[in-house]
Amino acid sequence: MSRMAGRGSGPKGAAGAGAPLLRLERVEVVRGGRTILEDITLEIRPGEILTIVGPNGAGKSTLVKVVVGAIMPDRGRVWRRPGLVIGYVPQRLALDPSMPLTARRFIALVAGAGEGEIAAMLARVGTPHVFDRQMTALSGGETQRVLLAAALLREPDLLVLDEPAQGLDQPGEAAFYRLLEACRREAGFAILMVSHDLHVVMSTSDRVICLNRHVCCTGTPAAVEAAPEYRALFGTGTGGALALYRHSHDHAHDVDGNCLPKKPSAVTDAERPADGGTTDAAD
Amino acid sequence: MPLIDTLRAAFAEPFMQRALLAALAVAAMAGPLGSVVLWRRMAWFGDATAHAALLGVALAFLADLPAPLGILAAALVAALFLHVFSRRETGNDALLAVISHGGLGLGLLALVLSGGGRARIEGFLFGDILAVGWADAALAVGLAALVLATLALRWRGLVLSSLSADLAVASGVRPRRENALLLVMLALVVAVAIRITGALLVSALLVIPAAAARPLSRTPEAMARLAALIGMLAALVGLSGAWVLDAPAGPAIVTAALVLFLLAAPFGRRR
Repeated sequence: MSRMAGRGSGPKGAAGAGAPLLRLERVEVVRGGRTILEDITLEIRPGEILTIVGPNGAGKSTLVKVVVGAIMPDRGRVWRRPGLVIGYVPQRLALDPSMPLTARRFIALVAGAGEGEIAAMLARVGTPHVFDRQMTALSGGETQRVLLAAALLREPDLLVLDEPAQGLDQPGEAAFYRLLEACRREAGFAILMVSHDLHVVMSTSDRVICLNRHVCCTGTPAAVEAAPEYRALFGTGTGGALALYRHSHDHAHDVDGNCLPKKPSAVTDAERPADGGTTDAAD
Repeated sequence: MPLIDTLRAAFAEPFMQRALLAALAVAAMAGPLGSVVLWRRMAWFGDATAHAALLGVALAFLADLPAPLGILAAALVAALFLHVFSRRETGNDALLAVISHGGLGLGLLALVLSGGGRARIEGFLFGDILAVGWADAALAVGLAALVLATLALRWRGLVLSSLSADLAVASGVRPRRENALLLVMLALVVAVAIRITGALLVSALLVIPAAAARPLSRTPEAMARLAALIGMLAALVGLSGAWVLDAPAGPAIVTAALVLFLLAAPFGRRR
């Protein structure tokens, strides 16, 4: 594990420096006699993108809930920087139909924002038309965008997203992550993200944590995908995760979903013009 | 207009004025609280605490204390019990049903065996709003002011924790604390509302006006306000009807609320 702890000397090294926003120390969560998380120690630093990958039942959502404070660990410590503001985009929002709730009222409740700000942010995330709609009438993708708008309007130090692209189609997903990256560049918040989407993990993260109840391995995307622990979890198959990653560069989709042939590194370069450093392994 | 004259004469009576004042005050706080109860699927809560309150009446009689004190104490203990043992993810239904029906059976038995008198049972089961004194009415008004002010202050936290406990925590709200506050307010309202509708119908005042307001509302706040107004209208219409028909006031108020619910229901489908 220690051999992977070092970071590449990419431009984001500076953003990741400084006092951490949040630190988990030897966190353990037990539910119904079953250990869901074991000996989790991790740190989130200002401005970095940390992604958690892992198979189903690995405790990814549980870990996210520990981070936002919704689950108290049975053992270990959670330290948050005093005054830390978290923006949380849950995996899904199960709304009871007995509560009438418009999108703008929902966002106002979460973020305490004014009408003008809410309308502007909804336009920014690409769903201006839902402003006055009932939350229960929104599609999965619209709900995700409203949740993101609410989280962003909290002006968070740390944005926590649990499988945020669920319910989005492929071009919608790409647009969602581009938007997320643009907002992060502007506001400079850190991101903790759960994803089962290896493509996304590899192309946008500073650090990856591979979770399977405990931290299997951690490090830069390049280090993690080369780690035997990671390959054991996701299978080596014909070349394993690396091949999957390369495959994603054989072509790309534009926002309309059309297939575009292109040279291998084009997607990465287009999406992350400022940092080639973390994606060297693909080239 | 003989009906108007009859009602004018009715509300000239001091006991009708006291009854109306108390009923309006209870309806004003029961509407918003009932809305929160619906959102959290806790509709059984009113019944559970009201039935447990009967046990409080018997205990107060045995201890030679005033009945309202016993009701309040029992309602608060029931609320505390629910707070400690409730887990939203497993649902409160079974626990509430046990407290509700267990409390009713035990309370009725204790009331009779303690010598509290069979005669008083009817008053506690069906309400005795026409016997409300000025002190009781003033208490109801004061409590309504307190509960409404508390709701206004803590509204964001209450609504957010009803929406999603996880999202509430991440937004700096403590759902367990909001839950405890809600249960205490509900216990207070139930303890006062028992005089009006009786233990059997107390949760009707919480749930029916809120359910009537649902199809007519687009935001949580609108639903809470409208539920208060519908409850107050039901109190006025119900009391008037009780006078005209010479019927018991509590059931008349609940029936008026039911009629308003049925009138509002069709609007839900059109939306």
